[in-house]
Amino acid sequence: MNTLNIHVNGRPMMVKKGITVLEACHQAGIKIPTLCHLNLEEYGIVNKVASCRICVVEIENRATLVPSCAEKVYEGMHIKSDSLRAINARRNNLELLLSNHPFECLTCTKNLTCELQSLAEELNIRDISFTGKKMDYPIDHSSEAIVKDPNKCVMCRRCETMCNDVQTVGVLSGLRRGFDAVVAPAFNLDMLETSCTYCGQCVAVCPTGALTERNDVPRVWKRLSNKNYHMVVQVAPAVRVALGEMFGMAPGSISTGKIVTALRRLGFDAVFDTNFGADLTIMEEARELVHRIEEGGTLPMLTSCCPAWVKFIEHQFPDMLDVPSTCKSPQTMVGAIAKTYYAEKVNLPSKQIKVVSIMPCVAKKAESARPELSKENLHHVDYTLSTREFGHMIKEAGIEFEALPDGDFDNILGESTGAAAIFGTTGGVIEAATRTAYELLTGDPLEHIDFEELRGLEGVREATVTIGDLDLKIGIAHGLGNARKLLEDIKAGKADYHAIEIMACPGGCIGGGGQPYHHGDMSIIKARQKAIYDIDKNTPRRKSHENEMVLKLYQDYLGDPYGEKAHDLLHTCYTKGERI
Amino acid sequence: MDTVVKDTLQYRIALRNCGLINPENIDDYIAVKGYEALAVTLEQYTPKKVINIVKESHLRGRGGGGFPTGIKWELTAREQSDEKYIICNADEGDPGAFMDRSILEGDPHSVIEAMIIAGYAIGASKGYVYIRAEYPLAIDRLETAIKQAKSYGFLGNNIFDSNFSFDLELKLGAGAFVCGEETALINSLQGLRGEPTKKPPFPSVSGFRQKPTNVNNVETFANIPAIILKGSDWFNAIGTDHSKGTKVFALAGKINNVGLVEVPMGTTLRDIIYEIGGGIVDDKQFKAVQTGGPSGGVITEENLDTPIDYESIRNIGSMMGSGGMIVLDEDDDMVEISKFFLDFTQDESCGKCTPCRIGTKRLYEILERLTNMEGSPEDLDLLEELAQNVKDSSLCGLGQSAPNPILSTIDRFREEYEAYAYRTKRTTYAIDDNKCIGCTKCSRVCPVDCITGEVKQVHVINEANCIACGACYNACPVDAIIKP
Ligand SMILES: Cc1cc2nc3c(=O)[nH]c(=O)nc-3n(C[C@H](O)[C@H](O)[C@H](O)COP(=O)(O)O)c2cc1C
Ligand code: SF4
Ligand code: SF4
Ligand code: SF4
Repeated sequence: MNTLNIHVNGRPMMVKKGITVLEACHQAGIKIPTLCHLNLEEYGIVNKVASCRICVVEIENRATLVPSCAEKVYEGMHIKSDSLRAINARRNNLELLLSNHPFECLTCTKNLTCELQSLAEELNIRDISFTGKKMDYPIDHSSEAIVKDPNKCVMCRRCETMCNDVQTVGVLSGLRRGFDAVVAPAFNLDMLETSCTYCGQCVAVCPTGALTERNDVPRVWKRLSNKNYHMVVQVAPAVRVALGEMFGMAPGSISTGKIVTALRRLGFDAVFDTNFGADLTIMEEARELVHRIEEGGTLPMLTSCCPAWVKFIEHQFPDMLDVPSTCKSPQTMVGAIAKTYYAEKVNLPSKQIKVVSIMPCVAKKAESARPELSKENLHHVDYTLSTREFGHMIKEAGIEFEALPDGDFDNILGESTGAAAIFGTTGGVIEAATRTAYELLTGDPLEHIDFEELRGLEGVREATVTIGDLDLKIGIAHGLGNARKLLEDIKAGKADYHAIEIMACPGGCIGGGGQPYHHGDMSIIKARQKAIYDIDKNTPRRKSHENEMVLKLYQDYLGDPYGEKAHDLLHTCYTKGERI
Repeated sequence: MDTVVKDTLQYRIALRNCGLINPENIDDYIAVKGYEALAVTLEQYTPKKVINIVKESHLRGRGGGGFPTGIKWELTAREQSDEKYIICNADEGDPGAFMDRSILEGDPHSVIEAMIIAGYAIGASKGYVYIRAEYPLAIDRLETAIKQAKSYGFLGNNIFDSNFSFDLELKLGAGAFVCGEETALINSLQGLRGEPTKKPPFPSVSGFRQKPTNVNNVETFANIPAIILKGSDWFNAIGTDHSKGTKVFALAGKINNVGLVEVPMGTTLRDIIYEIGGGIVDDKQFKAVQTGGPSGGVITEENLDTPIDYESIRNIGSMMGSGGMIVLDEDDDMVEISKFFLDFTQDESCGKCTPCRIGTKRLYEILERLTNMEGSPEDLDLLEELAQNVKDSSLCGLGQSAPNPILSTIDRFREEYEAYAYRTKRTTYAIDDNKCIGCTKCSRVCPVDCITGEVKQVHVINEANCIACGACYNACPVDAIIKP
């Protein structure tokens, strides 16, 4: 009933009903090349526009070739994947794409990670039969985060699927007709002029170098070589479970210690942990939540550590700017403390300290440039590098990453708890906040630290946590489309959550736009998530308010959590935007 | 009216009222049995019966594909859904085609009536006419007709006191050729980018708003009221074994009578061109007739006696398409003809899929290289190989048929392509030594002074400077100038 009999290249086989020709061929041990196809099943995202025509096969009794990624098998189907007709068509279509592609592989950001490049190798392309006009669009360097080179666009529409269907931001879509067709914002506006959140999910899926993060590596090299600056660096929680992939380590390898050593060898004067900032965020955010609950403030409170999500609400729900927590993100908190408290300790003027962040994120680049995230005209964070850019720096410096000994973060912004570690995955921030809020509200020690009900990869999750006589209702969304659903429920008065965690990227920061490319392999994201929870489990202290260095910071410098000085340094405000 | 009504070879069904009634007056339409088919349908027939009549008429879609209309209706009727839609495709974008425009301008009620009948048959209560914004008169007439039909109770709730209700709306297309493709049309109707999506699913299963949707062409619809009233046997008596009824063609090119003709399926091209069309302009030599517009091909002398229907026209290497028919004479350059169509398709490609977006551009560029005398014999192989691939692997009908003009002309007129590829084609004018009488007329009109010769002596054209303007050709009293 649920199986079908088909033939693949003359050999009979039985397959499950409902699968695609591509999947059937895979089961038959045949790899059909693909380009536009992208299947992120776990998130319910499948890009099957069938536009590239690279995966075409012959099907008996069909007049034309058929894209295997978008065609379901049927009883009695005869598939021919290896006929000369099919092979020639694939090659022909790839050659057409290449004939309209700049030959800049050697200097392209995507060199060796480009799917078009691998495809050319896979299909054994040795020369290109066609010559002719090539696209000639200006490159969009307008934003602080994303660079868009339309001339490298192959019209796979993956970015459009991410931007419209998954993130519901709607900035990228097909523009113009015929040969001039590209994916771009409406009227071919610069990215800066749109409501782009810079989540970078388009960058994460773009098979070519058409969408990349802004390259900030040269600027950081320059600063590092200038001895007048005291170079401070921080590393986000999700970086340590992904960076190893760039050096052949298995997905989910934890490389915290190696990262610290690598950063010292690159010449940084102080190596701090964004996880410290995460614990600090919880100190403030949990307080804010308790405050809102006890004083009748706006509920639900939404987390604010993801800058893409912040930009989303500013542009898409400008009348709801009182719901996000006013807490700055962990990276900017670390930057703020580094240029004040730490500067005092090492006896340096703030302006002599430069803060570099290593983030799984593209949006953090734009966040760092926000004018309000500064003090006395000095940005809290000066340069933000993606995990990928950091990996490139290590390679460039000739450091053999896999062989590095472990190092320890510098004090005092180097200490962190397990609660901070889980900031890197969807559900983590709210779990960390709950651990602290529980003890704040009840005054009792929390017995069961693992809130399994808050974990997972489902797009929207909710759970009720009983804290004394309060039933704390928690919502979680990752992916901005899911966030939109929650916000619309709140707006319609249909949701009675106390607190909601939102992460722009599917999976949270482990799936961030700045992480090593997953090329559609979801098992990589899962391995990263598991590693995050492993770090938490193996950290002696697992509640943010038990971070002794954070406590010391309050004692020495900030005063009370959620107090006046903390407000001045660690909280921010939001600006209404437009939907473009 | 642009129609040519000249002789007994024509048979009007789709154009039956065009030019005969006032299209802005519903009473005129009613006077010629208008809305009687609808009355009969609602009062006497079950939806199933209506579908059976259309099925048995063997009417096939006039929008180009020739898909049996009754079967399409049945497939849409079969789907279970709370909502279904009827769409009339009036996007007519083929260069030179205007049959749908003429029907909508001349007899809008026949299309409206047919759409209501279709709605009843498949269980839809809402219809859309997707019409090119470049057709202001047709839009006007349709709007007037819809208003009148509403005030007469033919549109709206409980039509003819039945419990069937149907409403109709006009939607203006932005004028992209590809929006005539039904899935692109539906996307455009929904406010999305007008680009095709993969089939299956077909609109009959998942169309407008993901609901079962029946899309038919204007001319297809225009046949329906006549079929309902006169019966399928009547319709079956007209046409060939597999193609019943008539087809409207738009005659154009080097032919004496240009305009619309409606002939029974099975009429030969010779009859259309020579009897109805009045033969070739200036009695020049007939070279070929291009049918099917940018998706079709050329038919040459040897096939002029083939009775034309959907199958036979395919067998002789062309397409029915929507009914464009361009007559070519001895002066026409087949490579230029291909180039003309490819220029159109590469421009009108929606840009979604690789073979069409880049492939049609490259095909055009190869043709351009050839006609610029910059091509090579290898270009011919490349042209053929690429043309086959674009046909074989494009996503929608536009790309799949875009290479047809090339493939068909290269098949029939290979020597013309070779003349370019081997650069043996003369591109300048010359003078026939034996005919020249030395009158000096040519040298006097040449704008670039490249003709020399003494009075009463044979003249010579300096080919290096000739710009091929043809001034000498027109000036010569004794036909001594040889065309390129
Ligand atoms: C590129 C392209 C353009 C088309 N343009 C038209 C058109 O202008 N009018 C039309 O009726 N059908 C057009 N079609 C065919 C439609 O997709 C569809 O088959 C037709 O409207 C169905 O109606 P029928 O069954 O009555 O012919 C076009 C198809 C393609 C591939
Ligand atoms: S920008 Fe990249 S992801 Fe977007 S359509 Fe072009 S190639 Fe695909
Ligand atoms: S989820 Fe994380 S990686 Fe993604 S935009 Fe937000 S902060 Fe950046
Ligand atoms: S064949 Fe051409 S018109 Fe059709 S989907 Fe492909 S690019 Fe668009």
